[in-house]
Amino acid sequence: MGLRGSTAIIGAYDTKVGKIPDRSATALCVEAALGAIADAGLKLSDVDGLVTCNSMAQPYMYHAEAVAEYLGIRPRYCATAAAGGGATFTVLYQAALAIDAGICDTVVIAMADSLRSGLSREAAMIMQSSTGHAQYETPYGATVPGYYALIAQAYLHAYGAKPEHFASVAVSGRQHACLNPTAEMQKPINIEDVLASRLIADPLRLLDCSLVSDGGAAVVLTRADRASHQPHKPVYLLGAGEGRGHEHISQVASLIHSSAAQSGERAYAMARLKPADIDFAQVYDCFTPVVLIEMEDLGFCGNGEAGDFFLRGDGGPGGRLPINTHGGLLSHSHPGNPGSMFALTESVQQLRGGQGARQVKDANVGLVHAQGGILSSHCTVILGTEVAL
Amino acid sequence: MTLAKPLPPVDAQSRPYWEACNQGRLTLQRCDGCGHVQHYRRIVCTHCGTDKLTDVDASGAGTVRSFTVIRRAVSSAFDANVPYVVALIELAEGPTVMSNLIESPLEAIHIGAPVQLMFERRSEDINVPQFKLREGKS
Repeated sequence: MGLRGSTAIIGAYDTKVGKIPDRSATALCVEAALGAIADAGLKLSDVDGLVTCNSMAQPYMYHAEAVAEYLGIRPRYCATAAAGGGATFTVLYQAALAIDAGICDTVVIAMADSLRSGLSREAAMIMQSSTGHAQYETPYGATVPGYYALIAQAYLHAYGAKPEHFASVAVSGRQHACLNPTAEMQKPINIEDVLASRLIADPLRLLDCSLVSDGGAAVVLTRADRASHQPHKPVYLLGAGEGRGHEHISQVASLIHSSAAQSGERAYAMARLKPADIDFAQVYDCFTPVVLIEMEDLGFCGNGEAGDFFLRGDGGPGGRLPINTHGGLLSHSHPGNPGSMFALTESVQQLRGGQGARQVKDANVGLVHAQGGILSSHCTVILGTEVAL
Repeated sequence: MTLAKPLPPVDAQSRPYWEACNQGRLTLQRCDGCGHVQHYRRIVCTHCGTDKLTDVDASGAGTVRSFTVIRRAVSSAFDANVPYVVALIELAEGPTVMSNLIESPLEAIHIGAPVQLMFERRSEDINVPQFKLREGKS
């Protein structure tokens, strides 16, 4: 029968986000894991798989194993994602494969970091920019916003796009965040505010860049036949796909297209769905131009047309296809490697329903997409309710 | 405390490349089998998979494929350079390399602008390839 619908998310939990100096990165990860297990109506002893991501503020050589030890559990399936972004959904995909293969039954995926409180500003910037090639890129002093600005500049040049198009992504994300009391940013912004914020790496301005936060989140994934007697409506994994191009931006084939095209195609094929079937999407928004490229590569917009999509408000609350309904990395939070987890937990909440002012109407199918590196490694996951099975 | 600018961690495969840089030459690899030209130096041709590769000197000519002006330095090592340009340079031979654009007026930089190779000495052993706008050609 394949992976489609064979696993389901039955638990989801977010820690507080923002500045949380009284919790270590490890404690945040453990809090998220315990929260998701309780949300699923399970006990620690029901869990036989644990997946985490490494922390920049408090790294371990064997991170998931260290968290298992902290929790006092001995999982049969244990894995650490070395990075964030797309790797978050890659390990979700792999956990689903492990469950489907009978290696384990119930996996907790918990990720957290304290990028804001656990590291100095300079240490955080140097650590993140080490994504550059140590011999051929890092000597030139680019920041992470700088690496993405190379993509932004190429996008403006290729399509005659305007900084307003980038700004509209930030405005849309903030509109969603203002409906989500757990989001870090709660003050509405408009296009002019984004264009008036200071330049960080031309053409990217402060409000084109995601946040730097503390926080974590977790989900519980289990075999579909175990999912139906839990407190919440199961959210089924319908499709997943990965795509990879380069690792370092100086080796990129195209600056305006990405392997989201392949990861999306593979996820749609497994889910037996197409872009028009998606009710909402969470699209990795570390920087505003990335969202435009991913929207086009995932088949939601034609080439060069995603900026107008956001300018029209099509991605905002109540729009044609709401994007980043929690506020995204731009306005909800971005604790580094765990950043994509909030897109996942938000998708679970939307598919359960009852999310008040930010609830997407008749939401039965959601797509989450993330990338890591510098537009390098992509993973797309499609989730749905029982109706979509 | 001001940090020092990062030096490339030279390894066994990249040593000939950095030694050539030290003599003021930017080298690429050309595949003896299929003619593919690549940067950076590796033990395999990314086009045909053979290991028969020859180091060849780049002409030093290229164009700006994309660029940004860094307004907030990555670390204190680069504070004194702000604002500085990071660019992707498409070499005349095909491969793309990262570089700063130095000694070039910011307002004259654009995608497609022709650039010329130069070097920045960073230590006794390390001469970092750099580019600047080719004068009178922007």
